Amino acid sequence: MATAHVYKRDNVNTDEIIPARYLNTDDPAELATHCMEDLDKDFMNKCKPGDVVVCGDDFGCGSSREHAVWAIKGAQVKAVIAQSFARIFFRNCINCGFYPIELKDAVNLINDGDDIDIDLVNGVIKNNTQGKDIKFNPLPEFAINIIDNGGLLKHISKKQ
Amino acid sequence: MPMTITEKIFAAHCGENEVKPGQLIEAEVDIMMCHDVTTPPAISMLKNAGIPPIFDPDRIVATPDHFQPAKDIKSAELLKRFDTWCRENNLKHYYPVGKAGVCHALLPEQGHIRPGEIIVGGDSHTCTYGALGAFSSGVGSTDLAAAIATGSLWFRVPESMKITLKGSLKHGVFSKDIVLDVIRQIGTDGARYMAMEYVGDTLAELSMESRMTITNMAIEAGGKNAIMAVDDTVREYLKGRLKNDAPYNEYQSDPDAEYASFVEVDCDKLEPLVALPHLPSNGKPIGEVKGMAMDQCYIGSCTNGRIEDLRLAAQIMKGKQVAIRTIIVPATPDIWAAALKEGLLQIFYDAGCVVSAPTCGACLGGFMGVLAAGDKCISSTNRNFVGRMGHPESEVYLASPATAAASAIEGKLTDPRPYLN
Ligand code: SF4
Repeated sequence: MATAHVYKRDNVNTDEIIPARYLNTDDPAELATHCMEDLDKDFMNKCKPGDVVVCGDDFGCGSSREHAVWAIKGAQVKAVIAQSFARIFFRNCINCGFYPIELKDAVNLINDGDDIDIDLVNGVIKNNTQGKDIKFNPLPEFAINIIDNGGLLKHISKKQ
Repeated sequence: MPMTITEKIFAAHCGENEVKPGQLIEAEVDIMMCHDVTTPPAISMLKNAGIPPIFDPDRIVATPDHFQPAKDIKSAELLKRFDTWCRENNLKHYYPVGKAGVCHALLPEQGHIRPGEIIVGGDSHTCTYGALGAFSSGVGSTDLAAAIATGSLWFRVPESMKITLKGSLKHGVFSKDIVLDVIRQIGTDGARYMAMEYVGDTLAELSMESRMTITNMAIEAGGKNAIMAVDDTVREYLKGRLKNDAPYNEYQSDPDAEYASFVEVDCDKLEPLVALPHLPSNGKPIGEVKGMAMDQCYIGSCTNGRIEDLRLAAQIMKGKQVAIRTIIVPATPDIWAAALKEGLLQIFYDAGCVVSAPTCGACLGGFMGVLAAGDKCISSTNRNFVGRMGHPESEVYLASPATAAASAIEGKLTDPRPYLN
């Protein structure tokens, strides 16, 4: 059971996810207090642990700051579902052990406030509010391995 | 199999004869660029993961830039973590405060970028170095940590986009206008995951510095890297500059290499452009937007804070007064010193500008010219996202240093061409 917070926006950039003025810290809990601040000032009041963010295309474009992923993880967002992701953000998610879900037409299949469940293993989003199962393409095995190992560094130390 | 420059560099770095787009590879990394915002977390991660921290200290080039000199107590602590790590590990290529500059201006200037090599940096504008025929790309802190620890990293070989620049730039039109036009044409995710390869006759007319303005903004179109083949301009620039002066590899794309898409810029027809808030793809010809009142002008950053840019701004401002707050930020200490020697700083002072020490400063809304709600800033930087240079209700207008300087004098968006006669 997670509530979907839907932003019908493309190109949500990392400056909106975590503004540069807060980059003088790398503490996820502190970053989380400013999560999505320049996109939606109210986000942290609405978002409960385990909730999901849904967006249009090119989510996470702009700066390479992994702080964007940490802020989202720090806010205990369970997953980000986007129609597509910017490259560095996508990589950063995998490297942090956070699953980026790519779903065509996401902002039309899921409405703001919908109650959803995500089955990562089978690649299914259950939209409980609308009573629909939505399939998504799982990540390549290579990426899933990194995520399953808890991120790139743990993945590397296992290999060594 | 025919390959592009980017593919050839990857093949040479993963021990294969050939690679193709979409392939996942593990490649050697020659240089890791480290700065004050994304490196301290990488350092902590390495400590926590308990993996041997540095594969080869000589491959690291480190400079604080974003919040240096420390803008507040928290930044001071970040800078201290960074400084301690650099010193404890005896990093040969560490540029502490005083020597520090905006990373993407500093590394090529100080001779750390070699054609044919792979460079990753904990910063999205690491793509700048492609102007020197190297593969370079921005990564997050975890990738940076992994590269520091292992000397290699996983990559997905990108598809390539071929961007042909034809014709000659007209008077008052600059390489910034070229790249704003490319992004206007393809959009902020038009080159997502792709290598943006620049070719064409116009390149030969562009200086090393103005080429770096173009490659710098690849990320603004979502690109993984930008690349230009090595020519005489590059060879000349590198002469006597490289820290490691062993012969380097010059790669050229094969004539029948595959490209996923094609873009063309007709430089003969190009006009000065201004990218309106809040996307770098909102480029408009100056004629359509001139007259719009500005509150601040900012000339600096890894995009356009080099000596050539300052010369241009000074040429326009000489003997005139700016009508709005104008902040000039030479990107590196050498650029600052050159600007002093050439008398540019005096011109800026006389015109009523503030000249700052080299720093990223307000480019990312850090300090040294942050915007208030409602402020409009004409800027030579690369991003005009919501809140990028300060308050979420401020606005950033991106343009060439010439357009920025002319606009500073008039206090409104201004065509630089009449000022350059
Ligand atoms: S000058 Fe601006 S864009 Fe360049 S590295 Fe610094 S903050 Fe990033």
